[in-house]
Amino acid sequence: MKKIPNGVLTAVKKVRGGVAVEHHKNTADLEVVRIPTPAKVTIPMAMHIGAPCEPTVKVGDEVAVGQVIGDSDKFVSAPIHASVSGKVTAVGDIKMPNGTMCKAVTIESDGEMRLWEGIKPPVVETREDLVKAVRESGLVGLGGAGFPTHVKLNFPQDKGIDTLVINAAECEPYITVDYRECLDNSWDILSAVYMLKDLLGFKKVVIAAEDNKPEAFKVLQRIADHEVDVNDEVKLMVLESKYPQGAEKMMVQSATGRQVPPGKLPADVGCVVMNVASVAFISRYIKTGKPLVSRSLTVDGSAIKEPKNVRVPIGTNIGEIIDFCGGFKEEPCKLITGGPMMGLSIIGTDFPILKQNNAILAFAEKDAVIKKETDCIRCGKCAEACPLSLTPTNIVRATKAKDTAALNRIGVMVCMECGSCAFNCPAGKPLVQHMRMAKALLREEAAKK
Amino acid sequence: MINGKMLHVSASPHARSRQTTQNIMLDVVIALIPALIASAIIFGLRALLVTAVSVATCVVAEFVMRKILKRNNTIQDLSAVVTGMLLAFNVPSNIPLWMVMTGDIFAIVIIKQCFGGIGQNFINPAIGGRIFMLLSYSTPMTSWPTPKQGFMTFDAVTSATPLASGEFPSITDMLLGLRGGSLGETCIIALVIGFIYLLVRKVIRPIIPLTYIGTVAVVMFIAGLVKGEAVTFTVNQLLSGGLFLGAIFMATDYTTSPITTKGKYIFAIGCGLFTCLIRLFGSLPEGVSYSIALMNVLVPLIERFTTPKPFGTPKETKEEKKAKKEAAKA
Repeated sequence: MKKIPNGVLTAVKKVRGGVAVEHHKNTADLEVVRIPTPAKVTIPMAMHIGAPCEPTVKVGDEVAVGQVIGDSDKFVSAPIHASVSGKVTAVGDIKMPNGTMCKAVTIESDGEMRLWEGIKPPVVETREDLVKAVRESGLVGLGGAGFPTHVKLNFPQDKGIDTLVINAAECEPYITVDYRECLDNSWDILSAVYMLKDLLGFKKVVIAAEDNKPEAFKVLQRIADHEVDVNDEVKLMVLESKYPQGAEKMMVQSATGRQVPPGKLPADVGCVVMNVASVAFISRYIKTGKPLVSRSLTVDGSAIKEPKNVRVPIGTNIGEIIDFCGGFKEEPCKLITGGPMMGLSIIGTDFPILKQNNAILAFAEKDAVIKKETDCIRCGKCAEACPLSLTPTNIVRATKAKDTAALNRIGVMVCMECGSCAFNCPAGKPLVQHMRMAKALLREEAAKK
Repeated sequence: MINGKMLHVSASPHARSRQTTQNIMLDVVIALIPALIASAIIFGLRALLVTAVSVATCVVAEFVMRKILKRNNTIQDLSAVVTGMLLAFNVPSNIPLWMVMTGDIFAIVIIKQCFGGIGQNFINPAIGGRIFMLLSYSTPMTSWPTPKQGFMTFDAVTSATPLASGEFPSITDMLLGLRGGSLGETCIIALVIGFIYLLVRKVIRPIIPLTYIGTVAVVMFIAGLVKGEAVTFTVNQLLSGGLFLGAIFMATDYTTSPITTKGKYIFAIGCGLFTCLIRLFGSLPEGVSYSIALMNVLVPLIERFTTPKPFGTPKETKEEKKAKKEAAKA
């Protein structure tokens, strides 16, 4: 057992199950480098959970960095900004990495990266100002889910929301951009933490990190111990490194002991969870007014020649980013956006980087782990691993039998598709896929009624 | 597509543990080796012969049956090897080989493959096979050779198991396995070594074996208080018969034990209670196989009632519980 320094919290209630994945944090020591301005970016209009945006520019328009090119009048949505300066050459449907079609704006860069003249720091004095500013910044959760941040922050004041949890756990293997954010932009995190706390009236802020990141830990502890924290309301929490510590529900449980009920959000138990990179971004936006037009991501995996942490304009072609990292050293067999546990495997490199992508991973055949599927032996290792107390093998059986009563009883709808069950499965079952099928079956059933 | 080659696309996660069905079964085989060696020393080389014949029969039966059923070949998952070893461990070392072979065929063909193969059987195949043999060949199955130290001994003298005769050897002899009994069940030390190996390799969790043995200990101690000499009685009950073999290797069979933690406790306590009932009140000298088989068939029911509530489910208030009950009645 490692010694926990004074004043540092540990989990109030420990996460059940989980799996020990190998960390592979190979890029932890590599500072984030900017890639050369791409000649062309393709920016999709749906890079967040909620209503997609409509393009506000047309072919032939001149745009500059930070100019709005897509917006929506729906609340659960986030505006989209040009990430390079240049000329709009196409507005139309493209195929997204997940196979759906989506409107996108293609901009040919003039190479100047000229800032839009409309950019100015927002005036933020009240919580309403803050929510408005965050919406205008186009910020979505940078940890992977892509939920519009202003929606999270716009909670009613009488709802009893008292805790802000800042997620620096980064429990997915390979990815190190949040870690770099802690080391390289600690000042941004510091100022945002105290600003969010004051403006939104949180009684407690918990910054959570896993115990395999001692360097980030020191930095975060300085933030938590800063003298502006007069009442000692900002605390650092150390978590045992295991997957999926960083999942939102798990974070809430570790920080407060509260459990988010099925179908509810962390706000329903008085918590807001934010990724550490999103927090740092808010601080930069308020200082500069420059919206979310680029992001950091880890490029790694056994097929990548020079793994790197890179900062890229949103909409940059994935192939171009891989080329910047020296290209492939081995023939890639699997290409993933996001982490290996929850990321999306894609069919090629010709896709744009989205706001919520935090990694590109390419694996050679030997590491693409295509486990042979055999019969279920009911070992129960899926149920052991499930942090949400589900019994995946029984869900698979019930789905096959179309037994919706059993599926509801087991509670498959709470599944967050973390993949712990499938990771553990000795029979190599694609259990996450089965969980999705079970959920689809229940949705179908509900639609019939 | 990169350079004209298709990429592999699949649902997440893209990382998997190294554990496979095959290496789990291999671990079980390894865990059984100490007991196998002990049986060869205690009962002579015939113990090895019986085990080898049993394993071979199971593997061949599985291979042929899969062929007949036009299903993919599954002998490489080694589960048939485990069944063969376990069934051999449950018979006396001097049993005629053809009897073991019929037991193996019953276990693999009827119990396992007729119900759909690995993961589908409703009772443990080795236990099914053993029960079949107990019913079919009662006398040979219950005439145990007495152990004779020395490696190359073939001993034709048979005796009853201490459980039946009521004459127990010393505790040391029982721990070492120097008593009459089925060939793999007697050496407690070897079985415990296998147990520890399985725990270290994370193949099984300790809940079922410990609860099972614990339940027997508690009940037998209470019975011992009535009979007198409670401690000796309890120790003798624990170390004789097939309790350790059953609790460690048979009751923990994945397919036929509950996957829920609560279910595992209920299952193991049930096994323990039935074992005690049969031993104390039944006309049979031994009850481990029957009690595990009985609990095996209850597993779906146990799981049905021990499925954990999903994460975050609010605790039901008394009124809600009442309303639910009434709704169920209506």
